[in-house]
Amino acid sequence: MKAFDYQRPETIAEAIKAASKPGASYYAGGTNLLDLMKVGVRTPDSLIDITRLDDLKRIEPQKDGSLRIGALVRNSDLARNVDILSDYPAIAEALLSGASGQLRNSATVGGNLMQQPRCAYFYDPHSACNLHEVGEGCDALEGENGKHAVLGWTKTCIAVHPSDFCVPLAAMGARVVVDGPDGSREISIDEFYTLPGSVQPPGSALKQGEIITAIILPSDAKRFAPRARYIKLRDRTSYAFAIVSAAAMLHIGDGRIKDARIALGGVAANPWRAREAEDTLNGAEANEASFKKAADAALADAKPSGDNAHKIELARRILVRALKAAADGTPPKMPDLPGSVFAVGKEAR
Amino acid sequence: MADTPMVAAHHVRLGSNSGQPMTRRDGIAKVTGTATYAADNHPQNLLHAVFAGASIARGRVTSLDIKAALAHPGVVHVMTPDNTPALSQDPDQKTTPFTARIDVLQNDKVRYAGQPIAVILAETLEAAVEGARLVKATYDSDQARIGFDDGEAFAPEAVGISTPPKFSTGDFEGNRKKATQSASVEMETPLQYHNAMETHAVVAEWDGDHVTVDMPNQAIGLAKPGIANYFGIPPENVTLRSPYLGGGFGSKAVLFGPQMLGILAAREMKRPVKLVLKRGQMFGPVQHRSATRQTVRYDMDADNRFLAFEHTANVSTSSFDNWLDGAANAGLSLYATPSISVSHSGTRFDTGTPGAMRAPGIATGSAVIECAIDVAAEKAGMDPLEFRLLNYAEKDPSNGKPYSAKALRGCYKAAADSFGWKDRPLKPRQMRDENGLLTGWGMGTSIFHAPFFPAKARAVLRKDGSARAETSGADMGQGAWTVLWQMAADGLGMAADDIEFDIGHSDLPDGSVAGGSAHTASAGGALFAAGNDVIRQLAEIATQDKDSPLFGAGNERVLGENGRLFKAEDPNVGESYTDILQRAGIEEIEGKGRGNRDKASTETYAMFSHGAVFAEVKVDPDLFQVRVTRLVGAFAAGRIINPRLAQSQLTGGMIWGVGFALHEEGIHDKRSGRPLNNDFAGYHIPVLADVPHLEALLVDEEDPHVNDLGVKGVGELGITGTVGAIANAVWHATGVRTARYPIKIEDLLKGAQALKA
Amino acid sequence: MAFQISLKINGNGHDVELEDARPTLLDVLRERIGLTGTKKGCDRGQCGACTVLIDGRRVNSCLSLAVSLDGAEVTTVEGLSDGDTLHPVQAAFIENDGFQCGYCTPGQIMSAVGFLGETGGDASAEAVREGMSGNLCRCGAYAGIQDAVLDAQARMSKGGKT
Ligand SMILES: Cc1cc2nc3c(=O)[nH]c(=O)nc-3n(C[C@H](O)[C@H](O)[C@H](O)COP(=O)(O)OP(=O)(O)OC[C@H]3O[C@@H](n4cnc5c(N)ncnc54)[C@H](O)[C@@H]3O)c2cc1C
Ligand code: SF4
Ligand code: FES
Ligand code: FES
Repeated sequence: MKAFDYQRPETIAEAIKAASKPGASYYAGGTNLLDLMKVGVRTPDSLIDITRLDDLKRIEPQKDGSLRIGALVRNSDLARNVDILSDYPAIAEALLSGASGQLRNSATVGGNLMQQPRCAYFYDPHSACNLHEVGEGCDALEGENGKHAVLGWTKTCIAVHPSDFCVPLAAMGARVVVDGPDGSREISIDEFYTLPGSVQPPGSALKQGEIITAIILPSDAKRFAPRARYIKLRDRTSYAFAIVSAAAMLHIGDGRIKDARIALGGVAANPWRAREAEDTLNGAEANEASFKKAADAALADAKPSGDNAHKIELARRILVRALKAAADGTPPKMPDLPGSVFAVGKEAR
Repeated sequence: MADTPMVAAHHVRLGSNSGQPMTRRDGIAKVTGTATYAADNHPQNLLHAVFAGASIARGRVTSLDIKAALAHPGVVHVMTPDNTPALSQDPDQKTTPFTARIDVLQNDKVRYAGQPIAVILAETLEAAVEGARLVKATYDSDQARIGFDDGEAFAPEAVGISTPPKFSTGDFEGNRKKATQSASVEMETPLQYHNAMETHAVVAEWDGDHVTVDMPNQAIGLAKPGIANYFGIPPENVTLRSPYLGGGFGSKAVLFGPQMLGILAAREMKRPVKLVLKRGQMFGPVQHRSATRQTVRYDMDADNRFLAFEHTANVSTSSFDNWLDGAANAGLSLYATPSISVSHSGTRFDTGTPGAMRAPGIATGSAVIECAIDVAAEKAGMDPLEFRLLNYAEKDPSNGKPYSAKALRGCYKAAADSFGWKDRPLKPRQMRDENGLLTGWGMGTSIFHAPFFPAKARAVLRKDGSARAETSGADMGQGAWTVLWQMAADGLGMAADDIEFDIGHSDLPDGSVAGGSAHTASAGGALFAAGNDVIRQLAEIATQDKDSPLFGAGNERVLGENGRLFKAEDPNVGESYTDILQRAGIEEIEGKGRGNRDKASTETYAMFSHGAVFAEVKVDPDLFQVRVTRLVGAFAAGRIINPRLAQSQLTGGMIWGVGFALHEEGIHDKRSGRPLNNDFAGYHIPVLADVPHLEALLVDEEDPHVNDLGVKGVGELGITGTVGAIANAVWHATGVRTARYPIKIEDLLKGAQALKA
Repeated sequence: MAFQISLKINGNGHDVELEDARPTLLDVLRERIGLTGTKKGCDRGQCGACTVLIDGRRVNSCLSLAVSLDGAEVTTVEGLSDGDTLHPVQAAFIENDGFQCGYCTPGQIMSAVGFLGETGGDASAEAVREGMSGNLCRCGAYAGIQDAVLDAQARMSKGGKT
């Protein structure tokens, strides 16, 4: 690991100042950044340790009914939070389906949003990867790419965003609060992630020095609480990233879907909000036919980026599954295997 | 998982220790963190060593820029081929058994990605790690060849540990013509990496021309002369300590380049050196399981009996060495067949050299054979268990020898009953659980050789009644500290708590290789014999001593138990060991032992452990994620010294079967040859959530021929049979057979779509 | 840039001199303080062998910068037993044969202690399987591990010390 300067600011302002220098990086839980530094694909000159910024550790209901989650809240604490469990259960399920108990104890909200793709070529300093340096090329294009993107990719980069947590965030239209050298601003999660372009690899809207201070969960998403699920397909029962995943939230009244929120994970460089699919559901009956139609709409523009055509069908199917599970109702108790296809069992039906 | 009932009582005990489900004698050390593994050693004045690996898979290093590495604070030296002295033995020579061609900075050639090209020595681990990153190499590289379509084909001279690559018996062609039906399966198995939790490591310290090496090793007796040869010193100048191995699975039986580099660095630097492989470095220089492309075909007569069995395997090895997994030899002794034809071909990949990995050959081959058997049973319209019983081998089909013991029928029954197999519908896609998940049941037969290695041991009984037994054997988790201790105590006729016991050190008598599932039989047999030798000498003293109650016991059998020697026919007549020695004024008696297998038995009998594994899988009907919800195995492996530990070995093996069937696959980039998933996030092995229910039943089996004590091994048996059982269960659930392991979601999806179309 | 940090490890204060900010808690424990009970299996958060408790919570010490933990309380496997009396989790691992080679064991045990603290004593077998899935065991000692954690949970809920 390259040696680096280390600072532990006491205030957000100090942190922003320190992180505004090129080559500076925030250090939160460290579970992604340290890993990347160990393999040598991230070599920051300085780390700005924000773990003592206690102002960023609170979960606070806002006057407008939304919930503000500090960027340094640990993933496990958030998943156990009573407001989350009652009002935004898919968030808890997504968090608990990710990584491991130990990692969730370290990982923070901000770090989770900012985690980098798990593409093997990105992790290999000797491979060409536009995320190492813009213009390096992309070895995944002609390489092992069975787990890569089927939506929103360009030949610049075909990696997917690995986060589970971000998928329900995208579905419910969470907002990201950032602070920085130019002051503070709120960004909708849709705009927070930038998809790859013809030259530019995927990334985030954050500018050098900007810090995520909080995430805001909108109050109108609470009405989905009775029917909100996150389902994640993986090739090991636990401790594995998603092959594809889906967050589905339904508001049903008088036998019809009044409102739907859908996002897919593991398909694109961002948590993929499927608005077209949501539209097909508005006013529809909550049945398999509607769900399939929605899934077709969600994947209408999908195309394989390599040897991964199967992911399109799997994404369709996981979305149908998540919608069904949501329609069946949020389980009264968190399933013992959160987010698992094997958890869509009795509790939910 | 709690219920792992014993099927039958344990017959004859060796003494009061063996046969008992004792908890691990190294348990306290292991749960308190005081058990010392190699990398836990930290001699004064230590230097940390980290090697830089090649980023190409074939070619030459044309230049190495080490300036930045040397300039990094804390780095004291960088070893490169330019400044590394020649070893005393060409590392491409294999002068002792269990050696491989290794890469020790002796030239600029690169033969696989990750091969050491420089070693960085530094005062801190952090500096050494960074130094390795800062070494910049340029290469003259050739196109990497990875995979059966790209690699160079060749005809191997031997497979596994020197077994012939081809074998046939019976009128194979004639029988094929007679057959009325046949079943064949073609499957590929991937590269698999051992990945013991403890990565390979060495701590080396020289004192003149004597070296002390802390290194996890499964074959101390072979490693000692091996190291001596490389460094040009007499074997007695090598002290090798390996009291605990953090897993081995075959990959710690051989001396590898990185560890030899650590020893070399310590000699160069005249300081102790610690070199620990990073996880990512475990996917190159320290062996793996060959990839295979196999075809298995069974031809049957109208009564569904096998007439001919054919197994061919194309097996991967490296470009520079010749180990091949003997996959196509896995079925030679399995099912009754009058004619057999098996053969291996080889393909050279630009990877490190493969080697023996838990149940080498048999795991790989039986993974495909057991599928072929189920395909044949399906053709025959028979239940897979009935079908296997119909083709049950009473004699080894490859040579007509009777089995030394074979309680496989009992295994089938015990496991099938416990599993509830009789309710299984014949056709696939018949079962769903209450949540709508596809449910399937499958089975497989387990088999593993019962080899025997010449091991030695020593036992000492002292006048004060204390005793000690020792051998250089190794505990890599299989439980040698406990099981061998139990056998040693029984040899001495004492309680395990009353003797001192030591293993894992090169100063001790050669306990031979902990591998091949032979260690308990071999080293345990030697320890038992050493104890017996002490008792024999003691009995000689007592029976010739007029003052002893045993005086003149003569030809009568005299036995030792609980520190007391007595007449076999009248246990009341006897006296304590201490009384005998004290009266005789003898300080101590030393006994020597070797385990024994009767030569004639080897000629006469086929020797195997057997078992049956039944698997239940649940498969999502749309998404095809698979979970092995139940695994029930029953195994017969001769005398079981410690049922608790044997069951752990067996369930551990079964879990390896889950990994083989569903998870493990080493993926290399076809262009660069570099491993792409050389970590535990990419190279999946099962986690606890993958194995909700495991049962390993022990079936009573008395094997009078396999060796003096009737002990066979259980370390590798569990993986065989399990892989096929899972594949068969997946088929039973989904109707799909995939063409490769691991069974992947996408392959099941494609298969299911094809079924529908 | 050198740093001086202090950690309270298993109840004992340790002042540690770091020549720069790179060392992880795992490497500090193993290579600088000599507490080698905590193991390194991957160094990348992918195996759980390095699990320790930091301020009572289980974390992967390989992905924790030591310098960031200045002032923290760390519990490692060496600090679990009470003198000669094993912690209930340790005892349960022995009695249920929850390990083979023992290399993943310190991590398993610390993870189990952390997990049982998180759940409050009523974890189902399935919850134990999920909750302990961040600890790989290559030997495949999972049958015993599951039994050991459930057994420890039962012992601890009865208020047992071992
Ligand atoms: C083995 C393993 C398995 C995993 N499995 C999963 C999984 O299944 N699902 C899943 O979703 N995730 C998984 N993860 C990823 C894990 O969720 C992330 O590593 C974690 O969420 C990152 O959070 P952190 O606080 O540790 O971030 P850090 O590592 O500290 O930081 C990550 C990045 O975010 C930046 N950053 C952190 N905080 C802020 C902030 N407040 N403002 C601006 N920038 C910031 C950092 O500069 C850095 O670039 C896994 C990780 C590992 C190691
Ligand atoms: S897919 Fe993206 S992350 Fe992967 S190599 Fe290409 S550019 Fe890099
Ligand atoms: S060593 Fe830390 S998780 Fe593997
Ligand atoms: S006991 Fe060996 S890795 Fe778990």
